[in-house]
Amino acid sequence: MATQSDLSCNGLVRRFGAHTAVNNISLDVPAGTFFSILGPSGCGKTTLLRLLAGFDRPNQGDIYIRGERMNDVPPNHRPVNMVFQHLALFPTMSVGDNIGYGLKRRKVPAAERRKLTAEVLEQVGLPGLENRNPMELSGGQRQRVALARCLVLKPTLLLLDEPLGALDLKLREQMKVELKHLQKQFGTTFVYITHDQSEAMVMSDQVAVMKDGRFDQVAPPEELYREPATPFVAGFVGDNNRLGGEVVSLEDNLAQIRLDSGELVRGRVASNEVRPGERAELYVRPESLVFAGSVQNNDYSVMQASVKTTLFDGANSRVEAENSGSLVYARLPQDGSAPALALNSSIKLSWDPRFARVFGADRS
Amino acid sequence: MKSSASRLSLWLLLTPFLLWIVLLVLVPHIQMLRVSFQVRESWDTLAWGLEQYQNFFTESYYWRTFVRTGVMSLFTTFLTLLVAFPIAWYIAKMARGRSKGVLFLACLIPFWASELVRTYGWMILLRESGLFSSWLQALGWADGPVEMLYNDVAVIIGLVYNGLLFMVVPLVTTLDGMDENLVEAGYDLGGGHATVLREVVVPWAMPGIVSGCIVVFMLTLGSYLTPVLMGGKDSAWFTEQIFTQFITRFNWEQGAALGVLLLVLSSVMVWLGLKLSGQSLRKVMG
Repeated sequence: MATQSDLSCNGLVRRFGAHTAVNNISLDVPAGTFFSILGPSGCGKTTLLRLLAGFDRPNQGDIYIRGERMNDVPPNHRPVNMVFQHLALFPTMSVGDNIGYGLKRRKVPAAERRKLTAEVLEQVGLPGLENRNPMELSGGQRQRVALARCLVLKPTLLLLDEPLGALDLKLREQMKVELKHLQKQFGTTFVYITHDQSEAMVMSDQVAVMKDGRFDQVAPPEELYREPATPFVAGFVGDNNRLGGEVVSLEDNLAQIRLDSGELVRGRVASNEVRPGERAELYVRPESLVFAGSVQNNDYSVMQASVKTTLFDGANSRVEAENSGSLVYARLPQDGSAPALALNSSIKLSWDPRFARVFGADRS
Repeated sequence: MKSSASRLSLWLLLTPFLLWIVLLVLVPHIQMLRVSFQVRESWDTLAWGLEQYQNFFTESYYWRTFVRTGVMSLFTTFLTLLVAFPIAWYIAKMARGRSKGVLFLACLIPFWASELVRTYGWMILLRESGLFSSWLQALGWADGPVEMLYNDVAVIIGLVYNGLLFMVVPLVTTLDGMDENLVEAGYDLGGGHATVLREVVVPWAMPGIVSGCIVVFMLTLGSYLTPVLMGGKDSAWFTEQIFTQFITRFNWEQGAALGVLLLVLSSVMVWLGLKLSGQSLRKVMG
């Protein structure tokens, strides 16, 4: 395994009885990057992380860290540290002892330990808190102590198990940015698992979207957003409208689809299961929809919809409309260009076909 | 009107407690303290003095028994902790669902019988004509009957067995509340089994350990049946001395003095234990 990557796995499988929690996962994380695993709860991401940390053994497959096989290495001998979901700071130790715990295990002398502890506390922005008890700290401060406790050991790989979940919204937004900066500052490879797509998108260099024990797509956040590879990714990452219809024709990677309402619209073909005459699903994001009154472009696809309600949420304001039984959301621009929308009034929504994705319909 | 009614209900609630604390705790102890300072001269005179306490210190048999009882109780408590910790760990952390309840019940069931019955159970196993002895002979490991009763080991076995439940319960309670992630974090940051136990698990379980130790120590120190039955005539347990003074020799003054000394000993030991472990009584018992 002569690769540059800090972590590489191939064919990892972990079964619990008849249930396969991790199903044949291979991944490769280059050194110094921020890698996120994004998925709904129960998709197996925590199991995967525990395999990496060494708390659990895979049934099949190998884990390599910097080219060394880790399968039979116990957790206390792996160059990997973990920030737990509920942080797991030792409540019977001071902040300083919490951070010094790992150094002590490496037989770092006391004076050196104090120096390193002070340094890392400085780096995470909590200078001089060594003698406090972790239970006296605020949620955000505890978060930083948990990070410092791992980072002081200079691990090859830092695993983070949804550590922001317990924080309130404002703090979470702030910690997101801070985590990203800390990762850059320390240059440590982060593997971060979360069910919150915004966390994954903001912080990561690469995001793996996980579903039922498998990776659906591994890509940088922007690619995930612009070119989702599967209907699941399209629906899970960001908001999306799903419109059902029948494929009429294919040309230049664009599919023409007859919606259930009878309208002809177009979108980019995203999977090779899209064939003329078969059913397909078109995904178009609320922010890609424009009100046809304002923009006139012949290339655009247009669809009629009747207004159900408007959902005002500042920059995120949307209108909920209906097109022959399916609900469609469209972003309401707050620059004064949005038309006045009366209930049940008919609007025309249009989009650039290049921003819509067409998948073959689920035949399940 | 309302306040008088609430005051009445407060008094009604307090009454049983007050009766208990005054009649069953305070009065007997004050009485015992008083008796212990009385000097026996004649039936119609009452003099005060420290004679009984002097006896304790000059008569080496008294204080030797006293020290021996204290040391053996400490040892028994420690041994009980060693035996109970793995049991409690298993019940709290390894057992799942039904087996957890069943195991807990298994610890509890022996305590449905009285201490006397439990001690006789051990005697059936350990005596010369008992089960263990006959097994040893059947296996050819012993030539004749082996007497395993009437020595210190037998006494300690009996006492550990009697104290076990009172150690397991507080330990299970504290260990139950411990987040498994703490143990995993202990390993994750580079600790081995011994380190994680010493640095993470034991500090967490300290309130349970101390509260279990206090209860077991007091029970052991004050136990009477087990040392007498399993240790025989020469078991030299301090409670036997007290019994002898009160019942056999009818020397209430001496018995009371010994009783007071036992109370002082157990209080001092509990205080020391709390000081050394850095726990407070409120934290441990609350």
